[in-house]
Amino acid sequence: MLYREAGDFKTTYTGDSQTFPIRLDRWGYYLILAVAALLVPLIINDYWLNAVMLPLLIYAIAALGLNILTGYCGQVSLGTGGFMAVGAYACYKLMTAFPDINIAIHIVISGFITAAVGMLFGLPSLRIKGFYLAVATLAAQFFLVWLFNRVPWFYNYSASGQISAPERTLMGFRITGPETQAWAVYLFCLVFVVASAWICRNLTRGSMGRKWMAIRDMDIAAEIIGVNPLRAKLSAFGISSFFVGISGALFFAVYLGAVEVGEVFGINKSFLVLFMVIIGGLGSILGSFLGAAFMVLMPVLLKNVLVGGLGWPTDLAAHLEFMIVGGLIVFFLIVEPHGLAQLWRITKEKLRLWPFPH
Amino acid sequence: MKKILTTLALGATLAAGPALAELTFPSLSYRTGPYAANGIPFADGYADYFAMLNARDGGIGGERVNLIECETGYNTEKGVECYEATKGEGALLYQPLSTGITYQLIPRVSADGIPMHTLGYGRTSASNGKVFPWVFNYPATYWDGASVAIKYLLDENGGSLEGKKIALVYHNSAYGKEPIRTLSELATEHGFELIELPVDHPGQEQKSQWLQIRRERPDNVLMWGWGVMNQVAVQEAANIRYPMDQFIGIWWSGSENDVKPAGDGADGYKALNFHAVGSDFELYDDLEEHVWSQGNAAGAGDQGGTVLYNRGLYAAMIAAEAARKAQEIHGVSAITPAQMRDGLEQLEMTEESMAELGLAGFGPTFSASCENHGGSGKAAINQWNAGEGRWEVLTDYIQSDQELIARLVEEDSMAYAQENNIELACQ
Repeated sequence: MLYREAGDFKTTYTGDSQTFPIRLDRWGYYLILAVAALLVPLIINDYWLNAVMLPLLIYAIAALGLNILTGYCGQVSLGTGGFMAVGAYACYKLMTAFPDINIAIHIVISGFITAAVGMLFGLPSLRIKGFYLAVATLAAQFFLVWLFNRVPWFYNYSASGQISAPERTLMGFRITGPETQAWAVYLFCLVFVVASAWICRNLTRGSMGRKWMAIRDMDIAAEIIGVNPLRAKLSAFGISSFFVGISGALFFAVYLGAVEVGEVFGINKSFLVLFMVIIGGLGSILGSFLGAAFMVLMPVLLKNVLVGGLGWPTDLAAHLEFMIVGGLIVFFLIVEPHGLAQLWRITKEKLRLWPFPH
Repeated sequence: MKKILTTLALGATLAAGPALAELTFPSLSYRTGPYAANGIPFADGYADYFAMLNARDGGIGGERVNLIECETGYNTEKGVECYEATKGEGALLYQPLSTGITYQLIPRVSADGIPMHTLGYGRTSASNGKVFPWVFNYPATYWDGASVAIKYLLDENGGSLEGKKIALVYHNSAYGKEPIRTLSELATEHGFELIELPVDHPGQEQKSQWLQIRRERPDNVLMWGWGVMNQVAVQEAANIRYPMDQFIGIWWSGSENDVKPAGDGADGYKALNFHAVGSDFELYDDLEEHVWSQGNAAGAGDQGGTVLYNRGLYAAMIAAEAARKAQEIHGVSAITPAQMRDGLEQLEMTEESMAELGLAGFGPTFSASCENHGGSGKAAINQWNAGEGRWEVLTDYIQSDQELIARLVEEDSMAYAQENNIELACQ
């Protein structure tokens, strides 16, 4: 009753194949976009930016990237942290080498560099599958972190081995460095998130996405119907790494400002992004956002409730946080193995029939 | 959520009576994760000292101290979250107890105008107050530590380290890499060979590093470790029967937690320290009377007298004394972060002032100035006595090579100033 498609007729093919064919969905999408772009910048402060919005937006891009590779193309990757590090270090080298060039361009170029590296490490996927590929990408993770720690050129020979983002502006507004304004940084990241999601959505419903999904569902069958596995797999690696690289560059330049590769881009990060994709829903754009939101917001919310609200000791709260988040992950995966996105899909199906299911 | 809760809490206090101005000190602690063994005693000491001040004197200069604890897990992302969550509540001073988080916060505190004190950790070149007006790292820095260790070894070896091999086992992070620059300078100066052995976070796996030590047989091993890495390193050294008295840790690798797991094998292990050990101070009577016996001890309350508990006390004591100094300078009791900075900058620690606080002979004497935020750079060598289960102080405070360190600090901080277009203060 509240959510229905009766009377929503399509008279053109384009109208029928649009991203949100149901009118209510479309309105919801425009509403969320309007709130995110127009309302949030007015009320955002430093705490909400740095503790909630920035990690949420940036992890969403990383999850989108990994979802293309793992969710759509079926290639398990544990190298996300390493590829984010490539994006971060590429961005750092570009920012320091070409200080006059626009920061947004640097971030996009970092994405392309990461795409090249990702395709290189994706080559083994042509021969090996499943767990074995996961191990090969794990090697990429460790190799890349080791490389950025080992070769001083990557961190411009700084004494501490850290990279730190110099101040850069976009149209006169500071985007990186300490003296930024919350709304400018937020909008900057939001543009990248919306653009990434838009590109991902349209890639995955086009011929390229269909090829990826064919490879995912059964690679031999896909080959027989004329999908070139070399192209499909490498394009998935490249495009996935492109988004992961952008998220890594944003993570370093905009969010943290200073990065130590072993700590920030370690194996934990790879698992975190993989969990986001699995919990959110493999092969779903919405799932990437839901997964990122779950993994970023849940700990912050629990911490604020337990420590700020109930006044519990911080260590007890931190331990409980692990248990609750872990328990919720198990719970959600038992209730809906296909992730939060599937949960939303089922809810929608039910809502369309409600209150007369028969 | 946070906002609502804060507003509610604020509303409740306002309703309860006249508004009390408070001095807010956030404690970015870590009681969980691979570094918890070292984070807990420090956080307990920090909290107990302020609890004692509140109970005994009613705070500092009549203002109660409001300690906000925030768990970082030694993780930089959580550290940033903690910083953003607490800075709005009028935080006067940050002490993150993590070099990684310090690097994150240096630009942020400088932009927000909140002082940060990194007690013997953090960025060494921040001791140049001209470039880093908001950051303090007295009484000693990592480069002081490296210099003191080498000076001690020079002493032990009759004044020459020519042809010796010295290995550095370090946490592969900003923290562990910090001393390399000084040590390599000293290596060329004194003619010893420096072997660098990085250990990756969290440091539970060090077999290959110690195998290399067994093969290369360095005359001495220095260690820049933290958390579980320390325990593993001491255990591994004992396993390969490396002579423990040739093994020297920085002050962050010299607590009871680091040596006890290795049992008798750790006997003779040395570590630097810039404050006294044990609980033989008058202050401990006050702690007992006002905090512990009241059941208000932070954490499990079992850390009293340990090295890192004492360091937590020391950190809190410096914060409290700086706040007192700031109140004195500005003649107000409810100080602002900017006034707190003045207090830190004019802080002077003398034997008398420490004795007055019930901490006679607790740390080295030093005085800060606008240019010098790094203190006097003195540290002593302690040695672990496994039989009696305590640290023994081997030497007096040794003065580091100030000339060399001043030169290195100048180089590094000026490079930072240039990179970030910082106008020099103190002109």
